[in-house]
Amino acid sequence: MAELQMLSQDAPVSLPGEYLLEVKNLKKYFPIHGGVLRRHVGDVKAVDDVSFTLKKGETLGIVGESGCGKSTTGRMIMRVLDSTSGSIMFNGKDITKIRGNHLRTLRQQFQMVFQDPYSSLNPRMNVGTLIAEPLVVNHKGSRAEIRDEVARLLEVVGLSPDARLRFPHEFSGGQRQRIAIARALALRPSLIVADEAVSALDVSIQAQVLNLLADLRKEFGLSYVFISHNLAVVKHISDRVGVMYLGRMAEIADKKSLYANPLHPYTQALLSAAPEPKRHQSRERIVLTGDVPSPAKPPSGCAFHTRCPKVMDVCRVERPELIAYNDQHQVACHLYS
Amino acid sequence: MASDVAKMKGEITKAHKAVRGRSPLQLAMGRFMRNPLAVAGSIILLIIIFITVFAPLFTHWSPTNPDIMNTDAGPSALHWLGTDSNGYDNMARVLYGGRVDLTIAFAASIMVMVLGTIYGGISGFLGGWVDNLLMRFVDIMLNFPFISLVLVLEAIFNTSNEWMLILVVGLTAWPGAARMIRGVFLQLREQDYVIGAVTIGASRMRIIFRHILPNTLSLLTVLVSMSVAGYVGLDAGLSFLGLGVPPSVASWGAMLNTYSDYISLSTKPYAWIPPVVMIVLTILSINFIGDGLRDAFDPQSRS
Repeated sequence: MAELQMLSQDAPVSLPGEYLLEVKNLKKYFPIHGGVLRRHVGDVKAVDDVSFTLKKGETLGIVGESGCGKSTTGRMIMRVLDSTSGSIMFNGKDITKIRGNHLRTLRQQFQMVFQDPYSSLNPRMNVGTLIAEPLVVNHKGSRAEIRDEVARLLEVVGLSPDARLRFPHEFSGGQRQRIAIARALALRPSLIVADEAVSALDVSIQAQVLNLLADLRKEFGLSYVFISHNLAVVKHISDRVGVMYLGRMAEIADKKSLYANPLHPYTQALLSAAPEPKRHQSRERIVLTGDVPSPAKPPSGCAFHTRCPKVMDVCRVERPELIAYNDQHQVACHLYS
Repeated sequence: MASDVAKMKGEITKAHKAVRGRSPLQLAMGRFMRNPLAVAGSIILLIIIFITVFAPLFTHWSPTNPDIMNTDAGPSALHWLGTDSNGYDNMARVLYGGRVDLTIAFAASIMVMVLGTIYGGISGFLGGWVDNLLMRFVDIMLNFPFISLVLVLEAIFNTSNEWMLILVVGLTAWPGAARMIRGVFLQLREQDYVIGAVTIGASRMRIIFRHILPNTLSLLTVLVSMSVAGYVGLDAGLSFLGLGVPPSVASWGAMLNTYSDYISLSTKPYAWIPPVVMIVLTILSINFIGDGLRDAFDPQSRS
C-alpha cells in the first residue's frame, strides 16, 4: 500500500482532456494475396487492437521484440501508414481520417526520429538545408530568420554552427542522429515519435543522445513515444512503458511498477532475460521455448499461450482484454481477471 | 601556456570554419578524375567532338559538294583519303560525319532518358494499380518492332534523316529506361529520408524533385553514357541495312555502307578504315567514361 502511495505521487496526475494522444483499438492488417487470381487469402495482423494514452509532457516507451508491431504503431501515429481501423486522437481530434493539405499542416505537431541516421538524412542535402527544410516547406519565416533558426537548432542539439555547410556523410552516427533531432524539433512539435532512435548507435553515444532527448523534453515541453527493443534504454527515458507481443499490448504501466512488479508472464520473461549489471542481484531466468508465432496466423485466444509457462485452458479460447490491475497498471492476462 | 592553448583552439576553429562540406557529387567527380581510363576516355571523346565540330579547320573540302572531276580517286595530296564514286572527299566525310553520328547518339539517349524518367518515375512513385497498368504497356512496348517502324516511316515520308532516326529511337527505346527508373523510384520511395520528407509536410512535387530525383542522378548519368555508346553504332547498323541516313548525308555509317562490298573492303582500306576507327574509338571512350562514372558514384561496386 505504501508503495502504491509513493507511485501515485510520482506519476503525472491524470485529468480528462489532458491526453495528448489517445490510441483506441488501433489495427493494421496487411492483406496477403494468393493463388492465380491474387485473391485475398488472409491478413498479416501487424497491429491487432492496440490502445494506449499519452499525457502531455509524458514519455511512453513501447518495447517488444522484432515484428511485434511497435514500429508499425509508430508509423500509424505519424500518419505515414494508414490504419486499418481504430482511432488516433491527437489533442482530442481523430487524425486517422484527415488527408491532403489539412494533414500536411497538422504534421507540424508530430515529428519522427528514425532508427538509422545513415538513411534518414538525404545524402545530397547539406546539414543547413536539411534542418531548414521543415521550416521552408511550412513557410516559417524569411530566409534570414530561417538561417538564424538553423544556427539555434544546431546549438540546441550540441553541434557547431559551421556544420551548416557540410554533408551528412561527413558526420558520425551520433552526430547524424543529432541532426535528425534538430530537424524534428524545427517545427516545434508537441509529440516526437522516436522509432529505435538510439539502437543504431554505440552504447556510449546512446547515453548522450538519450540525455539530449531528456533535456529537450523539458526545454520544449515535448512528449515522446519511444519505441525500442532495449529494456534498459526504455527504463532510462520513459515515464510509462507498454509491452507489445505479436501486435497486441500485453501490459502497460508506469515505469516503476512495471520493472518492479511485472504482471504479464511475457514481461516477466523479458525482464528476466535482460542483462543485470549487479551480479549478486541475479534472478532466476525464465526461458521461453518455441518461436514467436506468425502474425499471419496468430494463435487462438491469448497470442502468448503457445509459449506461456503459466498457460491455462481459458487462454487457448478467449483473448484477454487489457484490464486495469490498479490505477497505474494495465495487463492483458487471464491470471488477473 | 594557457594562452597558447587558447590561441591554438582559435586557429583550429578558424581552420574548421573554412571547411565547406563536399557533396556526394563533388566526391564522385573527384573519384572520376582519379580513374585513368575514364580520364583518357573523356579526353579522346573531347578530341573527337572537337574535330567534328571544327571540321572546317582541318579540310577545305565540303562533305556535300562532290568533286565530280575526281570520282573514285585514291589518296593524293588533293584528297588525302581519296574520293568515293560520287566524288565526295573521304577526309571531309570522316571529319563531318561525326556530327550526324554523335547527334543521333546523344539526342536519342537524352530523349530516351527523359521519356523513361517521366514514365518510370510516375509509375514507381504512384505504385499500386497505376504502376501495374503502366508497366503492362511497357511490356508491350518492349516488344515493339523497331526496324519495322523505321521502314514504315521511311515509306510514308519517302526520305530519312537523322531527326527521324532520333525520334524513332526515342519512341521505341524508352521502355527499358522506364523500367529501370521505376525500380529506383520504388526503392527510394521507401527510404527513411523520403518518409521523413512526408512527415515534415513536404508536397509530392518537392519529394520527387528534391528528394528522389537527385538521388537517381548517378544512375541516370551512367545509363545515358552507356546508351550513347550503343547508339553510336546504331547509325552504322541501320545504314548497312540501307535504313540509315541517305548517302548524300555524311555519316560514318553511310561511309561504311558505301564501301561494304567485298572489292572495296579488300582494295580500298584507306577509305573504310578511318570511319571504323572513329566509330570504335568513340564507343570505347564513351564506355570507359560510363564505367568510370559507375565506379565513381558507387565505390562499393568496383570489382
